[in-house]
Amino acid sequence: MTALFFRDLKLSIRASGSALVGVLFFLTVVAVIPFGVGPDLNLLSRIGPAIVWIGALLAALLGLDRLFQAERDDGSLDLMLMQETPLVLTVLVKCFAHWTATSLPLVIASPFLGLFMNMNEIAIGATMLTLLAGSPAITFIGAVGAAVAVALPRGGLLVSILVLPLTIPVLIFGVSATYAAVEDPAPFLPPFLILIALTLFFAVIGPAAAALALRNTSD
Amino acid sequence: MNETSLAISKFSDLANPTRFLALAQRTIPWMAAATVLCLIVGLYLSFSTEGDYQQGETVRIMYLHVPSAWLAMMCYTVMSISAIGTLVWRHPLADVSAKAAAPLGAAFTLLALVTGSLWGKPMWGTWWVWDARLTSVFILFLMYLGLIALNRAIDDPSRAARVTAVLILVGFVNIPIIKFSVDWWNTLHQPASVVRLDGPAIDPEFLRPLLVMAIGFTLLFFTLHITAMRNEIWRRRVAAQRRLAARMASREE
Repeated sequence: MTALFFRDLKLSIRASGSALVGVLFFLTVVAVIPFGVGPDLNLLSRIGPAIVWIGALLAALLGLDRLFQAERDDGSLDLMLMQETPLVLTVLVKCFAHWTATSLPLVIASPFLGLFMNMNEIAIGATMLTLLAGSPAITFIGAVGAAVAVALPRGGLLVSILVLPLTIPVLIFGVSATYAAVEDPAPFLPPFLILIALTLFFAVIGPAAAALALRNTSD
Repeated sequence: MNETSLAISKFSDLANPTRFLALAQRTIPWMAAATVLCLIVGLYLSFSTEGDYQQGETVRIMYLHVPSAWLAMMCYTVMSISAIGTLVWRHPLADVSAKAAAPLGAAFTLLALVTGSLWGKPMWGTWWVWDARLTSVFILFLMYLGLIALNRAIDDPSRAARVTAVLILVGFVNIPIIKFSVDWWNTLHQPASVVRLDGPAIDPEFLRPLLVMAIGFTLLFFTLHITAMRNEIWRRRVAAQRRLAARMASREE
């Protein structure tokens, strides 16, 4: 399992440079927003956490179709289906590796983008913390989409369409926890705990559903 | 034969598409007639009863809006049960049922959104707000469209059905969110007033046409659903016949 984790990690870092592409995409999305809403710093600092969250969500979706695609192309997916370790566990480990390779860089990059958005220290810290807690949920949900679309020739766009509606609760509680940290009256802990609960919930549902879908797509 | 095994054998008898088609042939006219009857009575009641003292005539939108919203959720539940049927029992009609239900669900959800929007304009002064109920129903609509797109993207019908079934089941988490969104988040949309533990909080004057319309809509859904399932079975038979004909033709050359 550890071997699989490091193999996936190396592959995704070396082969596609997905971490770099993801962070670049994140940067571009966030940089485009001020052109759209205008360079008003007060407004930007107010909507900043939401924008960083949306940018991270879109960037996390970007590399999802590659989660199982390469394995299917070179046939190692069939080996994974046949091996003795439960497929759910394999998928879970692959999700962790994918998260480390693509979403963790986004979390690390988010403070710099927070600076662009004129956010204060507390807001930046809260955004980073909520992203750290919430982004695994996005990967787990995305694994279902990636597994479902693995048989399709051009599944990438479809994955985003299928996955985005399901990620909305994560986005809602991630952003509301961040706002709660910045604005005094609302307590930070309840939405943050719900966010963690969502991540744990999808850590169970996601790999199980993805494994089920992978078994059913293989002929 | 005890009662359970009888029930199981009835259930598996339906797995035979020919038997299902025969059954559909017999039931569709009756269901269609009952639907028309219910809708006529429901519409008559909806227009003959008095308007609300506060909302005036626009309250009549409710008689279309509430049943379609109910059905939008019930249709997804039917799809989820079908998805379990596909994945667990490999019931040959379950994937036909799920596939036939998706466009119907999308249609009812769209109807609920549009009527809600038309009702919201005079009541709330806006076509659309991002409150919990509206947003979660909108997500339901997106999910129906995504499921239809996914099902169409895979050629092999049985594989498409199994893959779609997984996603249907994952998406089912949205249904309780929709149901309880008005209780969990106190927003513009009114809380549940018909199905409650302490009885309906709605005046019988409004409840009567609403219930008749709801029954009519449900019958409409099942009529359309069985008809769509029948069409899907026929479509698959035609495709199979075409493949057979093509194979014969290529063998003759």
